[in-house]
Amino acid sequence: MVLSVKNLRKSYVSPDGENQRVVDVPNFSINSAEQIALQGESGSGKTTFLNLIAGILQADEGEIWIDESEMTSLTEAERDGLRAEKIGYVFQTFNLLQGFSALENVLLGMSFGIGADRNYAEKLLERVGLADRKNYKPRQLSVGQQQRVAVARALANRPKIVLADEPTGNLDRKRAFEALDLIREICAENGTALLLVSHDQEILSKFEKVENLANINRVESLI
Amino acid sequence: MNELLLIVRRSLSQHALSTVVTAFAIALASGLVMSVFVIQQQTYKAFTGGDVGFDAVLGARGSQLQLVLNTIFHLETSPGNIPYTLYQEVVKNPKVDLAIPYAVGDNYQGFRIVGTTEEIFTKFEYQRGKKFEVESGGKFFDSKQKEAVIGSFVASQTGLKVGDVFQPYHGLIFSEDAKHNDDYKVVGVLKNTNSPSDRVIWIPIEGIYRMKGHVLRGTGENYKAKEGEEIPDEAKEVSAVMLKLKSPQAGISLAQTVNNQGKVATLAFPIGRTMAELFNKIGWINRVLELVAYLVVIVAAFSILASIYNSINERRREFAILRALGAKRTTVFSVIILESAITALIGAVCGYFVYLAILFATAFIVRSQTGVIIDIFQFDWILILTPVGMTIVGAIAGLIPAFKAYRTDVAENLIPIS
Ligand SMILES: Nc1ncnc2c1ncn2[C@@H]1O[C@H](COP(=O)(O)OP(=O)(O)OP(=O)(O)O)[C@@H](O)[C@H]1O
Ligand SMILES: [Mg+2]
Repeated sequence: MVLSVKNLRKSYVSPDGENQRVVDVPNFSINSAEQIALQGESGSGKTTFLNLIAGILQADEGEIWIDESEMTSLTEAERDGLRAEKIGYVFQTFNLLQGFSALENVLLGMSFGIGADRNYAEKLLERVGLADRKNYKPRQLSVGQQQRVAVARALANRPKIVLADEPTGNLDRKRAFEALDLIREICAENGTALLLVSHDQEILSKFEKVENLANINRVESLI
Repeated sequence: MNELLLIVRRSLSQHALSTVVTAFAIALASGLVMSVFVIQQQTYKAFTGGDVGFDAVLGARGSQLQLVLNTIFHLETSPGNIPYTLYQEVVKNPKVDLAIPYAVGDNYQGFRIVGTTEEIFTKFEYQRGKKFEVESGGKFFDSKQKEAVIGSFVASQTGLKVGDVFQPYHGLIFSEDAKHNDDYKVVGVLKNTNSPSDRVIWIPIEGIYRMKGHVLRGTGENYKAKEGEEIPDEAKEVSAVMLKLKSPQAGISLAQTVNNQGKVATLAFPIGRTMAELFNKIGWINRVLELVAYLVVIVAAFSILASIYNSINERRREFAILRALGAKRTTVFSVIILESAITALIGAVCGYFVYLAILFATAFIVRSQTGVIIDIFQFDWILILTPVGMTIVGAIAGLIPAFKAYRTDVAENLIPIS
């Protein structure tokens, strides 16, 4: 198993000062190279869940096992290190580094983990069809191209698992499916597990395994 | 490390204008600190340590410093005259190797006219082993003639050349209406010596005595030289007697005799120490300059702090993304420290140009005002220490912005704001 979540809980303090539980997942896991889509309404805690798994947010309770390491028992710096080595993240808004070229974005995706490997970065860009755009800055790329850079970057550190947070939300239908296929193909090629969250039925229908956050998350409707 | 440098480089070029402005502030600060220290040391060395060719100066009762400034550096006013007979006495003194009389009191376009004997050319060494030499086509003056030998700087500034005739002006400061009605002919131009002598016009001492309008008071009574008539030695005066001594001990005992037991004259000895006293007296100026330089350093440090601090807000998303890619808080912190240190380093390197410009200007001014040469390419540890120090100051200035960047929350700043 590449990801295993047990009794994971996370609350936010609302502006009124009340504790509001957003995530309460008793059990969730992904096998290596498995691809799972996670369905959930807006505001249901999808991003929060992914951020917990990525170690970007600190869980209140529970366990998150990534490979052999247990995320919640680590210090923040150790979580950063684990993320750098084992996790790839694709964002809805791509979150490319604006001042840096496509190639540099991919290089920075690996430099905190396996270390910068120019050849591999170029190979990834080639794989997503951007060999001739590697020196372009995000601004000089189309939205679809930007998303492909983001995909290449998420794979750059040879992660065990890729977390994708509505990675196609900013693309039109055609581009969305192209991007989805690309992510799934590359993950499959690299034996990387994929956890993709979305509320888009068409996207979700592409996956063999779809989990509904409402089923795994015990938190009563937040809305 | 490579990725940190990449991030820093990109940020510096993205904020090119503020990078340039802060680096410029650092360059000024660094250049100023280096120049203040080096100028201080080099002028001290140039004025106190240099071989001036003489060991001691005998002159009128009064300040040793004024005597040295007036005769060695040809600055300041003359403290007065001593009787010629004193010169005759000191020449015979067994402790004295060489004694050359100077008579001052006239100028040409602000350049001192010094009346002296031929020995200044034949015996005096302005530096060990180096005597005055005339440029080809010239010769030294004949002490019976109204002839002048001019220093190289005088030649270049006034345009006087061999064969030219000029009229001296009375006084040490140039004044249009104080012209003497005496014609002097330039017979030689001295080769450059890089010493205060380059600013001097040498004429026979007899010429000063016979200059129309000069009165001699060697006897206590006014005496005016008449043409074709010998001037009695008792009537003659000299402004100073320049001495080369047989040994340092000779100087000590001579100083004892002249300064402590005598009442009529002063012996400035040793010359270096006299000048060192001047520097001690004006040392506070250096303290003020140092203070100004440090203030500029502080201002420059704050300009680094402010410019980087201001850039942090707009870069929060960048930091959050880097963190999401696995960068640690300390990595982000290091990026900012590195950024401010590198800005300071760039500035400090440019500071060398500021330094050279200031030193070049200073050396030029000192040279033209005093004839003293300051070596601007001298190595000094301050030239290494200052840039290193500035880089450290830069790194320290980066601490507050770095801490701000360090505290950037990842989840919050990843929120898609486009
Ligand atoms: N920093 C925060 N402080 C307080 N509440 C928060 C914070 N971040 C998120 N929340 C709340 O937690 C809930 C889940 O947010 P989250 O972003 O995980 O939802 P989501 O499922 O990703 O929604 P979407 O599909 O719209 O992106 C929301 O109700 C939100 O208001
Ligand atoms: Mg979300």
